[in-house]
This record gives sequence, structure tokens and C-alpha cells, in this order.
Amino acid sequence: MATTSQPDASLPRTKDRDTVILAEEIHKYYELGETRVHALRGATVKIAHGEFVTVMGASGSGKSTFMNILGCLDKPSSGRYLLEGVEVSSLSKKELAAIRNRKIGFVFQGFNLLSRTTALENVELPTLYAHISKAEGEKRSREALALVGLGDRIAHFPSQLSGGQQQRVAIARALVNRPSILLADEPTGNLDSRTSVEIMDIFQKLNDEGLTIVLVTHEPDIAQFAKRSIHFRDGKIRRDDRNQNRPLASEVIKNLPKLED
Amino acid sequence: MDLLAIIRIAMRALARNKMRSVLTMLGIIIGVGAVIAMLGVGQGAQQTMQKQIQAMGSNLLFVGAGTVTRSGMHMGWGSTKSLIYDDMLAILRECPAAHAAAPGSSSSGQVVFGNDNWATRLNGTEPQYFDIRSWPFLEGSPFTQNDVEMSANVAAIGETVRKNLFGATDPVGQTIRINNLPFRVTGVLVPKGTSAAMGDDQDDIILVPLTTLQKKVTGQPWLRWIMVSAVSRRGSYAAQQQITSLLRDRHRIREGDDPDFFVRNLADMADVADEAGRVMTLLLASIASVSLIVGGIGIMNIMLVSVTERTREIGLRMAIGATEGNVQQQFLIEAVVLSLMGGITGIVFGLGASYLITQTLGWPVMISPLVIVIAVVFSMAVGVFFGFYPARKAAQMDPIEALRYE
Repeated sequence: MATTSQPDASLPRTKDRDTVILAEEIHKYYELGETRVHALRGATVKIAHGEFVTVMGASGSGKSTFMNILGCLDKPSSGRYLLEGVEVSSLSKKELAAIRNRKIGFVFQGFNLLSRTTALENVELPTLYAHISKAEGEKRSREALALVGLGDRIAHFPSQLSGGQQQRVAIARALVNRPSILLADEPTGNLDSRTSVEIMDIFQKLNDEGLTIVLVTHEPDIAQFAKRSIHFRDGKIRRDDRNQNRPLASEVIKNLPKLED
Repeated sequence: MDLLAIIRIAMRALARNKMRSVLTMLGIIIGVGAVIAMLGVGQGAQQTMQKQIQAMGSNLLFVGAGTVTRSGMHMGWGSTKSLIYDDMLAILRECPAAHAAAPGSSSSGQVVFGNDNWATRLNGTEPQYFDIRSWPFLEGSPFTQNDVEMSANVAAIGETVRKNLFGATDPVGQTIRINNLPFRVTGVLVPKGTSAAMGDDQDDIILVPLTTLQKKVTGQPWLRWIMVSAVSRRGSYAAQQQITSLLRDRHRIREGDDPDFFVRNLADMADVADEAGRVMTLLLASIASVSLIVGGIGIMNIMLVSVTERTREIGLRMAIGATEGNVQQQFLIEAVVLSLMGGITGIVFGLGASYLITQTLGWPVMISPLVIVIAVVFSMAVGVFFGFYPARKAAQMDPIEALRYE
């Protein structure tokens, strides 16, 4: 893996040091046989350090495409995307892999944990692709698991954990390389409402400590926990609001009935 | 990511489907096992041939009476009467590279003892023949030079003849009838077994004094062959040249004409046998390696299945920072671990099979350390070759598609 964590001096940088994500006039086309799908039609957004943003929109609105571009899994057809001042669209596949490894933490709807692999080993996975020692990787993984409240479950296999616990392992995995941004794609889509709020509680706490979070959801209940909401429709950003009266997930949990299990 | 970690990941992935991994390995196990056993058999046979030729004496030369062409017709071996006893004396006198020589003539005979009879080769020679061929006696002793001078009716018999005529009876001192003439058995030769180079039973033979054979059986005063031992193995090539030029001279063969004799060098024959053995080994090994290729295809098949099954895992690994190279390496190493484990197990099986072959069939088997090293390298190469395509396929997946795969 080439070292791409240091941005090239020749690359354009934003003046604002607080900006984590700067997307300008992002377009994305897909060729599907004869037809051309215009998934993004000029999305512009700026996300500062320490923000907690939800991305909302119906399916086909372009939000998934936008998230793939933010996550450096895909490149825009046109427009500029700067991640911490680094122009991402000019990077090679190998450099993009390194960016994903160091700067981005992914949390998925389906958890995507490796089965028959312990929680600790699942969390260690990103450290294997970073140039850090095995011992350091393990230390960070234990810390990350402790941070999400699973310090006592490190030797458990995914099959021995509840859905909420599995998602917390996935969050620990996303945090282990200390990324600049956490991208969560419907992280509560497979969870019941109480567990969903618990996950949002973790996100809020991580955000309070300064982590930038971008979260895709279509549930307004979930979106309300974020500081800002971006709404996509037809490949464009239609609304971009600051959330007023943001509830604290830790308070909401207290009012939720305990589930009998 | 260090190699050890990747190997550990590969082992775990293979352990996830134990039965499938073992069945896939079986192809390589059988392939490598077969190659090892076949090479062992081939090399064992080659070594045996070499030993037999060595036992015959690699510094041995065989001078045979040649064929003659009369009125355009080729007569058989020894149809010339030109090879005579004086030729042998001349060889001993004039060829410095020749150390010893024994004259000989051949016939065949019907041998009778009691109610049993046997048809065999009948050779007439002199006692030094047994020394030249380093052929000791199992029982009794050879006939003597005195017997030769007296044209005595004495015979040394080979093991096959003893078995067929005497069974449990001690043959030494018994009288047998060869072509209706009585002969006293002086001894039984140590069995030499079937000659690997010639393929005939060397123990199916009776040796009598040359003069006895010439005067009482064939009535032919000329020689069929002369067995010469050279001073050394190297000297055998010099001896061959010296004898050839001496006999050409003595038999007045003109320049460019075919000689009426031939000189065969056993060092040459050793080379020929060596070559034959090598060809046989190669043939056996290439047949066996077909199964290794089949095993390799099995690995490719299972790796393709594995790549498809683990599409989401591949997508995840890419999302969290694995490069194409990382993914390719992971699957390639998985294939190599699979084939290498199969290869090592196959070596154990091959050694076991070789042992069984030696035990049950009595064939000599020889396995050199080199063969084992080659087997290990080859099974690794099979893993790399057949694992490359599935690994490439995994590496070239689109992470977005892979993560969405159900």
C-alpha cells in the first residue's frame, strides 16, 4: 500500500481547515445498456469537522450514489470532491483503498461481520491493511470495543451477539483506524426501535467527542438525532436544514419501554 | 499485511469448509502420491539395471562372431567361422587394455536327470570365464583348466536348471545327460536373475569346457564369442578400439568393409539402459502428473465457488481498505495453502504406496530427496497456476456491487 495519507502538495486544498467534505457540482452517470442513468445531477455540499449529518431521500433519489462517492468507493463523472482538502477523483484505485482504510469508517445496514471470527478479530480487520503493528492493532481494537460498550465481549462470535451488539462491533471496526469521517448506511435498518436509539446514542456520543458522522436513513425518527439533515430528490439536494430541538438519545431510551426477551 | 497473517486467514477460511477442502486436496494428494510412487518405481528399476550391469562388470567387452552375407543373404549371429581361439590369444598378447579373456561357443541342449528334462542354453568356455563375469558358485566349484584340456564331461549349472531338474536333491556330483552324453555336475552358480538389459533369464544355462562342447556336441572348432575384461571401466573404450583394429587386421577386413565380428562394450550398454530407464521414469511420471492437473482443476473450481460465496466479504475488505493486490494475494495464498497441504500429504501417501509396492510386488523403489523437493515445488506451482484466475476474479470485483450481493 502506498502512503497516501500525506496529501500531495500540488493537489488543491481548501482554505478552510475545518472542512472535512467539500463536494462541488457532483454528477454521476451510469451506462445501462442503451440508456444512460443520471444518478446525480449536480450535488454540492460542504460538511465541517464535528458535524452529524443525515442524508435522506427515497430510493432512486441518488443518496446511495452520493454516499458511495463520499466513501471513495466510486468516482464522480464530473465535479470535485475534496476529502480533507485532497482531491479524491484524481487518485488511483490503490490510493483510494488507502484513503478508505485511514480516513473513512463504514457502518452498513447488514453489519457485514465475518462469521466464525471473533468480535476482536473483526474489529482488527482494518488494522491489517494499515501499516501498524499487530500489537498496536490489537490494542486499538480493544479500545474501540470498550468505547462501544463491548469490552467484555471481545471473544464472542457474531452468532453469539444480538443485532445491536453486532452493529456495535461494526462501529468499533469503523473506528479502529481513527478515521476523519464515519459513513453509516442505514445502520438501524435491521434493528428494533429501542436498539436503534441505543445505536444513535453511541453516534451522538462519538460526535460529541468530535467525530464527523454522515448517516443515510429514511426514518425521520432516526434523522432527528443528527444536527443537520440533507434531503435528496432526483439526484439533487433539495433541502439542507439544521435540526432544531435535537433530542438526546440517552434521554429517549429512558422513556422507551424495556423489551422483554 | 504479513505473509503469516494471510496464511492464518487462509487456513481459517479452509477450515470453515473442512470436508470440501479435504476433497479438493484429495485430487492433489492422489496426483502427488502417484508421481512420487511412479518416479520411485522408475528410478528403482533404473538403479537395478545399473546394478546388474555393474555386476556383469562394466569393464566387460563382448566380442561376437558376426554375421556374414553370402550371395546377398544375411546369416545369423555366429554364422562366420572366422573367430578362432588364436584371436583370443592375440587379444591377450597384443591389446594392452585387455586384462583377461575367456573364449566361448554356444549351443543348446536337452538335459535329462532321472525323470525330469529341461531344454537350455549350453555354453562352452574356460574356467576364467567365471572370474571375468565375477560369477561365484552357490554350491560346488567350477570345472578346471585340466577338464578343458581333457575335454572332460563336466558341467556347471545355473539356478534355473537346478530348480527344474533337481528340486530338493543336491546336484553336485550327480550325473546328468546332455544331448544323451553323461556329464558330472561340478557346481551350481549363484543366481543372477533376469537381466534387465537383455530381458532373458541368465540362470537358465549350462556351462561346460569349451573343448568338450566343440568336440562332442557341436563339432565346430571355431568360437562364437570371446568375453574380455578391460583393465578398468575407462579402459574398456580403449580395449574396444584395440580389439577392433586387431581383429580387422587378423581377419583381413579391407578398409570400408563390414567386419565379420562385433565388439560390444558393456559401458555402452549401461548408458543405453540408463537412457531406457530415464525414458520409462519420465513416461510414468507424465502419466501420473495428469492426475495432478486434474487436481489443480479441482482447486480452481472450488476457489471459484469460494470467491462467489464470499463476495460480500470481498466487498467489505475492499471498503475497509484492502487493495486489489491484497484481495488477490489472499485468494492466491488460499489456493497455494490448499495445494501445498495436499502436496505434503501426497508425499506421505506416495512414500506409503512405494513401501507397499516394494513389500507386495518386490519391486525395488528408490525415492531421492530431489523428487520430494520437486513434488513440493510442483504442488505449489499448481496452486499458483490454478488459483490465479479465481484470485484475479475476486480482486477485480467492484466493492459497491460486492457489498450489495446477496
